[in-house]
Amino acid sequence: MSISATLREVARRPDMLYQGVRTCSGCGASLIAKLVLKAIGKPTVVVSATGCLEVATSILPFTSWKVPWIHNAFENAAATAAGIEAAYKAMAKKGLIKEAPDVIVMAGDGGTYDIGFQALSGALERGHDFLYVLYDNEAYMNTGIQRSGGTPRFAWTTTSPAGEILKGKLEAKKPLGFIVAEHRIPYVATASPSEPLDLIRKVRKGLEVEGPAFIHVICPCPRGWRFDPSLTIKVARLAVRTCFFPLWECHWEDGEQIYQLTGPSRLIAEVPELKLPVEYYLAVQGRFSHLFRPKRLDQLIAEIQSEVDANWKLLLRRAGMA
Amino acid sequence: MASAVVEQKRVGMTGDEAVAYAIKQVEPDVVAAYPITPQTIIVERFSEYVASGEVRTEFVAVESEHSALSACVGAAATGARAFTATASQGLALMWEILYIASSLRLPIVMAIVNRALSAPINIHCDHSDAMGARDSGWIQLFCENCQEAYDTTIQAWRIAEHPSVQLPVMVCLDGFVVSHTLEDISVLPDRAVKEFVGERELVSVVGHEGLEAPYRLDPEGRRPLSMGTFAMYDLYFEYKRQQEEAMEAALTVIEEVGREYGELSGRYYGLIDAYRLEDAEVAIVGLGSSMGTAKDAADELRNEGVRAGVLRIRSFRPFPSEAVREALRGVKAVAVMDRAMSFGGPAGPLMMDMATAFYGRGGPVMTNYIYGLGGRDISVEDLKEAARGALKAAEEGVEGVPVKFVGLRG
Repeated sequence: MSISATLREVARRPDMLYQGVRTCSGCGASLIAKLVLKAIGKPTVVVSATGCLEVATSILPFTSWKVPWIHNAFENAAATAAGIEAAYKAMAKKGLIKEAPDVIVMAGDGGTYDIGFQALSGALERGHDFLYVLYDNEAYMNTGIQRSGGTPRFAWTTTSPAGEILKGKLEAKKPLGFIVAEHRIPYVATASPSEPLDLIRKVRKGLEVEGPAFIHVICPCPRGWRFDPSLTIKVARLAVRTCFFPLWECHWEDGEQIYQLTGPSRLIAEVPELKLPVEYYLAVQGRFSHLFRPKRLDQLIAEIQSEVDANWKLLLRRAGMA
Repeated sequence: MASAVVEQKRVGMTGDEAVAYAIKQVEPDVVAAYPITPQTIIVERFSEYVASGEVRTEFVAVESEHSALSACVGAAATGARAFTATASQGLALMWEILYIASSLRLPIVMAIVNRALSAPINIHCDHSDAMGARDSGWIQLFCENCQEAYDTTIQAWRIAEHPSVQLPVMVCLDGFVVSHTLEDISVLPDRAVKEFVGERELVSVVGHEGLEAPYRLDPEGRRPLSMGTFAMYDLYFEYKRQQEEAMEAALTVIEEVGREYGELSGRYYGLIDAYRLEDAEVAIVGLGSSMGTAKDAADELRNEGVRAGVLRIRSFRPFPSEAVREALRGVKAVAVMDRAMSFGGPAGPLMMDMATAFYGRGGPVMTNYIYGLGGRDISVEDLKEAARGALKAAEEGVEGVPVKFVGLRG
């Protein structure tokens, strides 16, 4: 499939997940997995970290995966992928296989920001040729919505509940995309299921580069974020349009690291009036409801807005658009 | 038959070097490892083989032992051969993945250079690290010396990959005592090793849509398998029972492979190593290098008129209960030497297995000795004392299992 596929072409591509995946209705993760696999161009092995997607797709005696798939543990998806990549490389060297398959990791925010960060960083530093797709639903959803390093400030979770004193998680979301980019790997991007063609193009790019690639996908979770399952794509779209989760990619050209905005984020950079207030995004999600009810907490909403603005400005500077 | 034995070179090597050399000859597809004393030399030597182009192995210098074994799991899942080595804290860090490797039935080989566990931090030999992995579903073979470390590292692949086994193997060698001690060892020609280990053959499983598939992550994606799936109470238990059956099968396979290796090399190995037990009244039973010392102790005791022998357990997992009973038939007293503790348990870990092996069947009177923790030396005299103590307990008709400490201050 070409890098500039149309939606119609994408829809015609075979589904590499069987029907009947046991994720919740409206789940962003299985949708993202399906889209990612629409982009594969040759035999591909998928590695999953422990998490929602892993559990819901592999309940014995059934499996959802039409591609070779392995789950090892929670924190070691990148290390497992490293071993797989090394093994195929050795086999190819010995002439036992013609060509090494592509290796894609799919892991959640817990398995990536937190417990799996060391293995990820190590694998990136060693330069294994694999694509790591982070589906970021911003909390430990599989165990019942506990805060992670990916949970945004003031979001309610079961371990950062909103109470009289504390208003959800007090700490900021770890800037993982930038941290990964600082490993100076060939390709890093963010993506959203609300922009499927952008996502698929980035997956293609990630698979085509030599060495590690990383795509950070925002993954709305109706259960954990507290919104109606019919709104998944709308919520993802609002994350992008408010610049809460801007879309960008980062690659290397002549020894220089190039950040570029993509899709709606590029448009917003060019026409700043298109940037929606973050409140639009917060207000549709129950995990932020304590900011609006019983009393509107203007100061906290403003704090989130100024953080979003600062992050956006930083990104614009990196993309040379400030 | 001596005539069939292949011609071998004599070389001076430490235990670590012997393991690295064996792995060079086997040339697995992937070696993923992280350095830790006293295993470091294995990794260093192997890196040199990679750097000089003597092997085509992909060496993955991972950022932790957890990732070392995780990478081996990934590599072995593709159908490749994967090796790693560790010790002590490194093995402890791997603990989670040990169970996954064995339950996914991946024939990984790992050298364990036995070392004490922190705290206090200590780099010297005891068996606490391996005992912590006792129930992880790995085959555990304990070596007495550098020669055996070399020989076992080669045999391990055949045992692990046997169709009725399909389990990972730990080759255990004592930290410093074996790992850093120079010994003259016989090494097989490269070709003989290559022929002995052959290629890894994959077992066939029923995969997607009821189709037979080789057990691997198919590089062409035609027979996709899902590995490491989610099983509930309706299926999980059967997996565990199958692992146990594989362990039972390993009892035979370890003997078979040992015999075949003996025909090739002239050095025969089995589940146990029985020394002067035929007419023994007292036996010293244990694991690893101190059983070499125990053999000297037995010789001296015999010169002093005590009919002593040694039973070295080579295969600690699977535990060869039957072979142990057979070897100790007629022995009156046994000194069971444990180089690890089971805090709060009834005795040391080896002792518990020994007691279970004989439970309800009579057998010798046994005395348990805990020794050598954190590398504390054990002498011929200490072992003679242990044997005499065991004999005395048997003669006095002691009840239960006394647990004693060797060479402990205070």
